[in-house]
Amino acid sequence: MTAPATTAASAAVRITVEGREISVAAGTTILEAARQAGVLIPHYCYHPGLPIAGVCRMCLVDVEKAPKLAPACATTVSEGQVVNVHNEKAREARKGVLEMLLINHPLDCPICDQSGECELQDYTWHEGRADSRYREAKRFNPVEDFGGDVLYVPNRCILCTRCVRFMDDVAQDSVLNVSERGDRAYIGTFEGRDLTHPWSGNVVDLCPVGALLSKDFLNKARAWELDRTASVCSGCSQGCNIMIETRDNQVMRLKPRSNESVNGWFMCDEGRLGYRWLNRRDRLEHPSILGARGHESVAWDVALAAAARVLRGKRAFVLASPFLSNEALHLLSRVVRKTGGTGTFRVATGPEAPLAGAADLSLRADRAPNGAGAALVGFSRRESPLEGLMAGDCLIVADHELAEGDAQLAAAASAVIVIGTNMPRGLSRADVVLPIGNYSEEEGTYTNLRGRVQRFLQARAAPGLARPSWFVLADLLQAIGEDAPFLSPRDVFAELAAGNTALTGLSWERLGLRGLPVIAEPAVVA
Amino acid sequence: MGFPHKPHPRETLVLSSHFGDRDALSLDGWRKRGGYKALEQALAMDPVAIQQVVRDSGLRGRGGAGFPTGLKWSFMKLGDGKPHYLCCNADESEPGTFKDREIMRWTPHALIEGCAIAAHAIGAETAYIYIRGEFTEPLEVMEAACREAEQSGITGRNAMGTGRTVNVWVHKGAGAYICGEETALMNSLEGKRGNPRIKPPFPAVSGLFGMPTTINNVETLAAVPHILQRGAEWYGKMSHPDNPRSTGTKLWSVCGNISRPGNYEVEMGFPFGEFLQELCGGAPHGRRIKAVIPGGSSVPLITWAEAESATMDYEGMVAANTMLGSAGCIVIDDAQSIPKVVARLARFYAHESCAQCTQCREGTAWTTKILERMCDGNGTHEDFETLRSIADNMTGKTICVLSDSCAAPVLSALERFMPEFEALITRREIHAVPVVVS
Repeated sequence: MTAPATTAASAAVRITVEGREISVAAGTTILEAARQAGVLIPHYCYHPGLPIAGVCRMCLVDVEKAPKLAPACATTVSEGQVVNVHNEKAREARKGVLEMLLINHPLDCPICDQSGECELQDYTWHEGRADSRYREAKRFNPVEDFGGDVLYVPNRCILCTRCVRFMDDVAQDSVLNVSERGDRAYIGTFEGRDLTHPWSGNVVDLCPVGALLSKDFLNKARAWELDRTASVCSGCSQGCNIMIETRDNQVMRLKPRSNESVNGWFMCDEGRLGYRWLNRRDRLEHPSILGARGHESVAWDVALAAAARVLRGKRAFVLASPFLSNEALHLLSRVVRKTGGTGTFRVATGPEAPLAGAADLSLRADRAPNGAGAALVGFSRRESPLEGLMAGDCLIVADHELAEGDAQLAAAASAVIVIGTNMPRGLSRADVVLPIGNYSEEEGTYTNLRGRVQRFLQARAAPGLARPSWFVLADLLQAIGEDAPFLSPRDVFAELAAGNTALTGLSWERLGLRGLPVIAEPAVVA
Repeated sequence: MGFPHKPHPRETLVLSSHFGDRDALSLDGWRKRGGYKALEQALAMDPVAIQQVVRDSGLRGRGGAGFPTGLKWSFMKLGDGKPHYLCCNADESEPGTFKDREIMRWTPHALIEGCAIAAHAIGAETAYIYIRGEFTEPLEVMEAACREAEQSGITGRNAMGTGRTVNVWVHKGAGAYICGEETALMNSLEGKRGNPRIKPPFPAVSGLFGMPTTINNVETLAAVPHILQRGAEWYGKMSHPDNPRSTGTKLWSVCGNISRPGNYEVEMGFPFGEFLQELCGGAPHGRRIKAVIPGGSSVPLITWAEAESATMDYEGMVAANTMLGSAGCIVIDDAQSIPKVVARLARFYAHESCAQCTQCREGTAWTTKILERMCDGNGTHEDFETLRSIADNMTGKTICVLSDSCAAPVLSALERFMPEFEALITRREIHAVPVVVS
């Protein structure tokens, strides 16, 4: 990523931070060394994904034998250094910085979106003054719409310049700057430009205070009301690691979760703001079968038995969604194999939008998270996926939307089973409908375009009687006489890994929350 | 074009010997006065030998820090295969200082010669003279002189026929005080916002365009030709008998409540009290000098008692609890209110802070607001403790020394003129005698 270059020397340097001795690579900064030793040095302008600025002066530490306090973010370690983070001298300096940061700050935490996840709040609570000695009028600047999803509240700004450095060095589109001088300074946009950039939303995450806010999230929820769940973005095949933040079973926002192997600290705006479909209300909530008066809700075992019945003696033609997990796709591929059928999928595409300053990070043209996973278990990618559907086939549409021409082709099928979150257009004649959860409602894994398998966790409950996809498909396999004794998606993955050489050795535990690459690039199966 | 005053007999004219002499402006005029002989001599010398002569002379940086010039030059690794740069700091913005302006106005070729010699001594082929934006007249003079020097082959690809390249460029700043800080100056030269950089790396390792760079003040560079021509020993002798560490002559800009303001050139170690009373004529209208800021507004303010017995060199000023700085001497007489002076100085720093470091950005403005509120008669006794505490937070904790410079006059004034501040709070009045105009 764009982490500041450290000298290539591999030599180890031994230093003592807060009484803890630690050995780090030469060229490491005191701040990073302390982090490795388990000591947090308070900081604002420093961010591991950005060049060093050294301007907030919050990370001042007392290095023994040095005449002045040293900025930990900009000072490299040297042999035998003894660093004091929490002695009187360093604490007083930070207290001074905190007081100064607050003199022009409106202290409007009760109406600020950042409240609860604000570093200014946190550090002031930890070691700031209880009162202010500031008796003068505060500086005032009006709120500004920066464009994109970003709103700027200059009164809360501490001018750490993280946003400016992100746009300059990571997005490499120098839109932001520090305008004016002294305490009149504020973050400005260049004349005639605004933050309309596919990755601009990251400045909101980078902002340690409530100065840069997401318009989408504005006044929507308080940070402490949110439940956070580790997940993977489903917006494209990059597979950015994210947090799904929910309140009352509703997804409120998505935030990037750092993973240096995939997305660093960032995610694109399209992924970030593309979460509303997760909260859709018009969901399939009950298993149903087609009766005399249209679809009738039935119990799960009745629906599964009906599905097995319509499938009996037919070739299964499975149209699977690249939004399904590896586990669901694996079980679907077993249905295909069992009946000697066909498995296809289609991936919607859009313009690519790379993040210039980050290696191999882009909003990918393939706007689905698991095309690689579908290919890995034997599904074939097609522009017109229903071509080749023969009369007498049983069409299984697994969470896939139908496009214009698809409905006519689907007419050839003698039976239709829908397994999905919503009813696909033009399939009102489906014989059996089995409702499943979307990716925020179940656990599973995705395989990104580089063949990295990454887990996502369940963030919320599925509506009505909808069940996790792996659960439904395991039951369906049982119903058609297959052995599928799975108690969890972990078991499904274990079977998948055991049977697929590309995944040999991978397990749920080994994947952890950061994922692992498959052994080879996923072979494209025709 | 304002003319300088007639030199006082006790002055030692080296740099200022041609101030007011219009004929010295042109290349021919300058050659007639012995110009460019030192450069000719230098170009025939080994760079290390030049460094040694400057080292032996004891010349120290005239911009304020007083760092030994020869030593600074020796940090440049000759023959490392990288382009070296020389920057001449002509962004003379320190309140009270106007010596470099006179050097550029009257003796532009002295500066070009100094730049060319220094560039050769540090292995640089390019020298930039960074002139502050407000200096429109010196800028014109310097640009004309640079053109002349290049056209006549003194500078350029074949400097004085020696085959060496010495390019001297004039760059106009946009008028920001902070661009006089060496790393901010380099950022500004590179076309960036003039923000100071974190040191290390120091300019000699990574300076202008990331290359080894030396940056010297105008007065420092202008002194180099004289040292080369007349010898290190001659220069080294101009010092206080008890203090050989400050050598040569120093230009003092004197302004404020003084009878004869202007630039004065005296030898290092000259008695400060005599200087102010005899050479500069003391306070005007029969008033008395109350306080002096001897080295430009960034140094601590001292009382007349402290100033009277001080000697005018780097060590002498430190002994008098202040600093030589850029030798921009601001004289304050008993008709002035010290809190008002300090409030005005603080306002300057608040205006000029580059806004990078928290303590400086907020501290300078806060200090100003408190002092101005005091001057308006709304101060409280708590303010003193707050001012001291802010000043403490502003000292030694930032990237550059601008915030230290704001804290120094405040702390020194609080220490020395507390009764005046007290009077503001208890009696809500500005303590000063009325101004008498004779």
